[in-house]
Amino acid sequence: MFRFSSASLGLGGTKTILVLALAAASTAGLAFDNYSGVGRPATPAEVKAWDIDVRPDFKGLPKGSGSVDRGQELFEEKCASCHGSFGESNEVFTPLVGGTSKDDMKTGRVKGLSSGELPQRTTFTKVATISTVFDYIQRAMPWTSPKSLKPDEVYAILAYLLNLSEMVPADFVLSDKNIADVQKLLPNRNGMTTDHGLWPGAAAKKGGIGNGGKPDTKNVACMKNCKSEVLIGSTLPEYARTAHGELADQNRNFGPVRGTRTLGPEAAKKAADAGTLELATKSGCMACHGLKNKIVGPGYSEVVARYKDQADAEERLVAKVKAGGQGVWGSIPMPPNGHLPDEDLKTLVKWILSGAK
Amino acid sequence: MSDSVKKPGRLRPAPENFLSEEQVKAVATGRRDFLRKSFMVAGAAMAAPMVARASEGDANILELPTWSTTLGQPVATRPYGTPSQYESQLLRRESPGLARVGGASVSFCPLQGLFGIITPSGLHFERHHQGWHDIDPSKHRLMINGSDDSLLKKPKVYTLDELMRLPSASRIHFIECGANTGLEWGNVAVPTVQYTHGMLSCSEFTGVPLKYLLEDCGVDYKKARYVLAEGADGSSMTRTIPMEMVESGEVLVAYGQNGEMLRPENGYPLRLVVPGVQGVSWVKWLRRIEVGDMPYATKDEAVHYIDLLPSGLHRQYSSVQEAKSVITSPSGGQTLLDRGFYNVSGLAWSGRGRIKQVDVSFDGGINWQTARLEGPVQNKALTRFNTNWVWDGKPAILQSRAMDETGYVQPSYGQLRAVRGTKSIYHNNAIQSWKVIESGEVSNVQVL
Repeated sequence: MFRFSSASLGLGGTKTILVLALAAASTAGLAFDNYSGVGRPATPAEVKAWDIDVRPDFKGLPKGSGSVDRGQELFEEKCASCHGSFGESNEVFTPLVGGTSKDDMKTGRVKGLSSGELPQRTTFTKVATISTVFDYIQRAMPWTSPKSLKPDEVYAILAYLLNLSEMVPADFVLSDKNIADVQKLLPNRNGMTTDHGLWPGAAAKKGGIGNGGKPDTKNVACMKNCKSEVLIGSTLPEYARTAHGELADQNRNFGPVRGTRTLGPEAAKKAADAGTLELATKSGCMACHGLKNKIVGPGYSEVVARYKDQADAEERLVAKVKAGGQGVWGSIPMPPNGHLPDEDLKTLVKWILSGAK
Repeated sequence: MSDSVKKPGRLRPAPENFLSEEQVKAVATGRRDFLRKSFMVAGAAMAAPMVARASEGDANILELPTWSTTLGQPVATRPYGTPSQYESQLLRRESPGLARVGGASVSFCPLQGLFGIITPSGLHFERHHQGWHDIDPSKHRLMINGSDDSLLKKPKVYTLDELMRLPSASRIHFIECGANTGLEWGNVAVPTVQYTHGMLSCSEFTGVPLKYLLEDCGVDYKKARYVLAEGADGSSMTRTIPMEMVESGEVLVAYGQNGEMLRPENGYPLRLVVPGVQGVSWVKWLRRIEVGDMPYATKDEAVHYIDLLPSGLHRQYSSVQEAKSVITSPSGGQTLLDRGFYNVSGLAWSGRGRIKQVDVSFDGGINWQTARLEGPVQNKALTRFNTNWVWDGKPAILQSRAMDETGYVQPSYGQLRAVRGTKSIYHNNAIQSWKVIESGEVSNVQVL
């Protein structure tokens, strides 16, 4: 010990003490009774600003009202571009209304769901709780400016949808006072069951909503001679084989397998052309040249017309693009393109001469 | 093709799809002069085997490549690493015609080319309901409140700074969209495993168990039996979760994914992790947790993610992803290179716990053999299985069948449809079949 300087001894000694002190502190830290200094109380205004959900028992429903007529105006302005003027469009999203009847309103079950008559399920053929629709319009609509609707506007738009669904008359005014009455008219209000095994919480008999996780399908892990024949129910339709593009390009091109080539050579050329056009754009060529038309320099079809019969066209063009040039197409010079890799130059020139597309 | 089995070690060109059909014809008719030039251009990139010196050996061995004879790139040339340029084909992809607007669409994870059980964060599938945002973490807040004051004593607000000070847990879990394989409820519709099963990913998530936060806010577990999770996106995505799951400690308020922060497309900076439950409940961009005494019937548990039964009834609050498996290699849209040995590989998972066994069939389910489960086999996580196969060049139908620790066995299409009909969309966990024909092409079929 005497061989160490007092300074290093002192430092070492201090370090040891520090480490011990930290260890003691961290041990003490395990015995917390709260996360001291973490989080703070939410103010009533903050909770109000974010607590926007509306439950099936209407807890959270804001006060307000809106008429069918007002709803029609708002719907046309804010909703029709996606849903159609009458909530019937299938263009962007599945239809909101349709497929329900007066009888369904009596029974609370949409008959078309069991009879198979429905070509497509709409929102009002499925939804069993009107709170759901109010909540969703209020929190998420219109699509591009969610949460911009005032409560009265939400009531009005919902009133219009209820009228389109023939649940309320044209002079109806929906409000926080009568929305519970509307619930009693929902055509599929009795159409839901929670008696299944896919709810991860407590079973209904224990105060939850599911069956406690009991599965509805049963298979046995048979190992030998499990059946006498293989029944194929469905195979991939030919159109579906190519609908997802070139599968060869969606797999690694080494390893145990290759992606199956699903598109012909023509499609492969198209893909290569698209790639080269991208390269031309990235390389700055398209700033001065059009595919057909002159911009600053000649259009590529004009280049082809001039060079098409020349045997050494490719070589000469590569050299010209690389070094730049002046005089052939007018007084504005083409700057040298020495920054482009030779391989890219060749690809681009080949593409131009093959009729750049 | 059969030669390779008889003559191991023969030199043969790898089928990189390097030559066009015209060029193949040209070679066949004796015109080989252009080959050298073509190979010179692409050879460095594609490592195409030479035929010129075939008698001496593989040109890729005989002629030293650039990477052995020149100086390579320095460190941190790409400070946030990206995959090799030769890995550009495995990407998240949309299925054409599935959705009209990208903000409410799905991108599928390329399962056909992945290994092990962890999904690279950049390939994790996406499903957005109103588009994604890259949220400023310094402005993001998590609020916890009760649907009334009796359920939670102290409504609180937390910042990321604060949440990341709390005790954290890291766990590997799969996440699967309830609609995964939904395109195939009625019949075969899509060609590859990316589109049949690619709304599936698995990551190590890091975060704070939600129960710590609820307890910090003074929750009354006796009364508050449900939790509403809400996102900060335009749709303010909302889902009901049972308190039993929160109390178990499984549910995480997560900020980490595979060692880095969540990616924006996966909920940066905060999302809920609800192991075993369909992805829609893993609310992204999590901004609020409300405890309540009843389920909430939000849009995505009352209009979507409900299962239509043949009776016309819909099952509501269906959430658990039951045991399921799929062979990823070889799989639909791929072509086997040759006869001979293959490691058949796939994934199995269960929302009810650990995978206990996976069986594989090569004859459409008449006979089965038990596959190897590669470790780790974890709770509510993807499990990789492998099995040996020597393809004799004859047609075959490959299937896998998972069993979980509850003894539940993945059903066939016939068994699933007997209960749920053909018009459902969600929770299709039927046994997947891949048909192999003599050419080696693998395609998607359904065996009942």
